[in-house]
Amino acid sequence: MTPRIGVVTFPGSLDDRDAQRAVRLAGAEPVALWHGDASLHGVDAVVLPGGFSYGDYLRCGAIARFAAVMGTIVEQAANGLPVLGICNGFQVLCESHLLPGALTRNQHLHFINRDQRLRIESTSTVWTSEYAEGQDIVVPVKNGEGCYVADEKTLDELEASGRVVARYVGGNPNGSSRDIAGIANAAGNVVGLMPHPEHAIEDLTGPGTDGLTFFTSVLKRLVDA
Amino acid sequence: MAAVKIVVDVMLKPEILDPQGQAVSNALPSLGFAPASSLRIGKHVELELEASDEQAALEQAEKMAETLLANPVIEDYTVRLA
Repeated sequence: MTPRIGVVTFPGSLDDRDAQRAVRLAGAEPVALWHGDASLHGVDAVVLPGGFSYGDYLRCGAIARFAAVMGTIVEQAANGLPVLGICNGFQVLCESHLLPGALTRNQHLHFINRDQRLRIESTSTVWTSEYAEGQDIVVPVKNGEGCYVADEKTLDELEASGRVVARYVGGNPNGSSRDIAGIANAAGNVVGLMPHPEHAIEDLTGPGTDGLTFFTSVLKRLVDA
Repeated sequence: MAAVKIVVDVMLKPEILDPQGQAVSNALPSLGFAPASSLRIGKHVELELEASDEQAALEQAEKMAETLLANPVIEDYTVRLA
């Protein structure tokens, strides 16, 4: 059976359709999930898309964390449900305490929108298993509050345990600590990433197809399971 | 039950860079002001809570601050009666 991957739409989500499309092109069945519906409708994995959920009021991701669907996602993530948070989704994962640290205003205050080179630092997560370790990829980055911060102890722990998933190469777009673009939880099923792999899945509409491997990685894991 | 007015002030922790504060600080000299040696921007939240007494209201507000109004990873907060 084709694995089903849910994509949550919050009020203010922007990239939910692109994420659904990436899921489809990777070979899985996209399932639209709604923020106010606590049911995950039996999906095998979940993507929290980019955008400005709840208008970024208070802090990015702060209100989305209390959406009905998030209660179920936090619960299921503890049982191993693969969850990928992209951009605003990464912010939601940090606010939900599924990932450590926080994302703050870009150091230079500008909203950055460009194709960005990343180095895949960890292939032990369910979302990056099909990349080669140390592989460079190019995907779009577009954020105003993408500066990853955490205390030194947390950063050291993330590095030591191989939980830094991707790093910016060739220029840090937002001032993130240690050039961190993405991190994972200890089990490797929850990944947060500031850049947008779902915008790099076809030559026609993106800088290439480097981003598709996030989606094919989880698909392979689900099919093999 | 009484309505208790409470103020929660939220500030980025001192070690967290405040680019917004820096940008505002940098704008001051262009208006002829002396540059500020430090300028940091936070959030000021005014709450009115129905509670049995002031202490109960403060305790409620403390929980609100800790779980939603502030993100303790990057922010400090103070809770006080208005």
